[in-house]
Amino acid sequence: MSAVLAIMRRELRSYFVTPLAYVFLVIFLFMAGVLTFYVGDFYERGLADLQPFFNFHPWLYLVLAPALTMRLWAEERKSGTLELLLTLPISVTQAMLGKFLAAWLFVALALVLSFPMWLTVNYLGNPDNGVILAGYLGSWLMAGSFLAVGCCLSALTRSQVVAFILTAAVCFVLVLAGLPAIQDMLIDWLPSRLVGMVSAFSILFHFRAIARGVLDVQDLVYFVTSIVVWLWAGVIVLQLKRGD
Amino acid sequence: MIEAEHLTRRYGRLTAVDDLSFRAEPGEVVGLLGPNGAGKSTVMRMISGFIAPSAGTARVCGHDVRKSPLAAKRVLGYLPEGAPSYGELTVREFLLFIGRVRGLRGSELHRHIDAAVEHLDLHDVLHSTIDTLSKGFRRRVGLARAILHEPAVLMLDEPTDGLDPNQKREVRALIDAMARKRTILISTHLLEEVHALCNRVLIVARGRLLADATPAELETRSRYHGAVSFSAAGAGVARAMLERMPGVAAVEVDPLDGRVTVLPEPGKKLLDPVQELLRAQGLKVLEIQLERGRLEEVFRTMTARAREGEA
Repeated sequence: MSAVLAIMRRELRSYFVTPLAYVFLVIFLFMAGVLTFYVGDFYERGLADLQPFFNFHPWLYLVLAPALTMRLWAEERKSGTLELLLTLPISVTQAMLGKFLAAWLFVALALVLSFPMWLTVNYLGNPDNGVILAGYLGSWLMAGSFLAVGCCLSALTRSQVVAFILTAAVCFVLVLAGLPAIQDMLIDWLPSRLVGMVSAFSILFHFRAIARGVLDVQDLVYFVTSIVVWLWAGVIVLQLKRGD
Repeated sequence: MIEAEHLTRRYGRLTAVDDLSFRAEPGEVVGLLGPNGAGKSTVMRMISGFIAPSAGTARVCGHDVRKSPLAAKRVLGYLPEGAPSYGELTVREFLLFIGRVRGLRGSELHRHIDAAVEHLDLHDVLHSTIDTLSKGFRRRVGLARAILHEPAVLMLDEPTDGLDPNQKREVRALIDAMARKRTILISTHLLEEVHALCNRVLIVARGRLLADATPAELETRSRYHGAVSFSAAGAGVARAMLERMPGVAAVEVDPLDGRVTVLPEPGKKLLDPVQELLRAQGLKVLEIQLERGRLEEVFRTMTARAREGEA
């Protein structure tokens, strides 16, 4: 466990010695604000909740999560430190966990820093803070799924740009599969049971309920499972693809 | 102790390392010598647990790298080629990170770091970012990292490659100082390094082990072993007579400085007869020397033969 924490600490430190951390935080908070107030009709709805805020999170993560994960393994491969890391007495799983946790904690920090949003809505009305907390928790879990995809795909390549594009593409598909428009399109081609399955694998499908403040066990299981599966796939990638 | 048993690594149809077996004992500095691309790094990567052997295995202090990789990694200090490190960290942060991952903590962690910093004289750069350091210092940081947990076995892949002559000498002195009680395996393509550091040499070419011997033993395999070389005024006269002398295999004359080298037939001693002949001819000998053998020539002959065998 201490090895996992040591790796997590180093990764977090690396975020903050490069401008990445600050750029990420500023863009995330700025975009979240703009989207909520201007696109999400925060005022016009006349409801004291943060649903417009959470609704945009999948789209924000789509661009920002791959930026957090792209360097995690690709950079190690490129600079040769992969050999250093994997010849230390730790398992690949521990290394993977350490890196993932660093990225996930960083997103947690970004979410915590969006507290002015919560202050605003509490100042304007009497929102259900339990619902808001559930929204935050769901958003964080969803971010975990995006990041796990990124951890896995970053292990595939030595190019950070390739890692970014692959991750964004896969996440895009995962989000898209749950859009009503896509569902309607699929209905024409696939049996309805299959369409149901496609949407059950969609991040959006599971997040919509959470954004409304409904924490369903099914959705939690979905996010946790997808984190585990993607990280596990990344471990396998690393075990198969090392010395090249 | 390192024991390699039938280590083999294939990449598709290419066999990078072919059935390699050797042992390295505590107190020994073993040199893995071979031309670039001979498979030296691949051997080290398999022993370090970075890549898996296609066949065969290796043991580090008795821990099998395939069956108990973590135990093997715990007793091994390994410096990969080019001494990679996390450039955005300071030297201290880097060593702290490695120590923590290796499970050191508290006062023990700091004791190990202090010892490594002391040993490699890193006090002045402790708080510098690694990226800003010179190549020589970065290599030292890599060595400090490799010995941080005081490993019984040290494996260094081309530890002096890319350094200037002064830095090379420095790093060699450091390795020499670490040699006591430890098992050290270094890879190199520099013959001077073998002379300066190693008790034993493994010559590798095309993934195959061609020789496992001490540098002195290898020198006896040279056709220059026991050769007599001299410079003398008017030595050209003596050449024909030397060639006819019993026990002489060949006579070579350096076209640049006219130095004559008399090569013996196997087992024949030439120093006395050559000196006698020169005296009898009344030649004024400026300098005369009995050669021990030329490692470079042994190395070239062996690796060239390996290449022909392949073709």
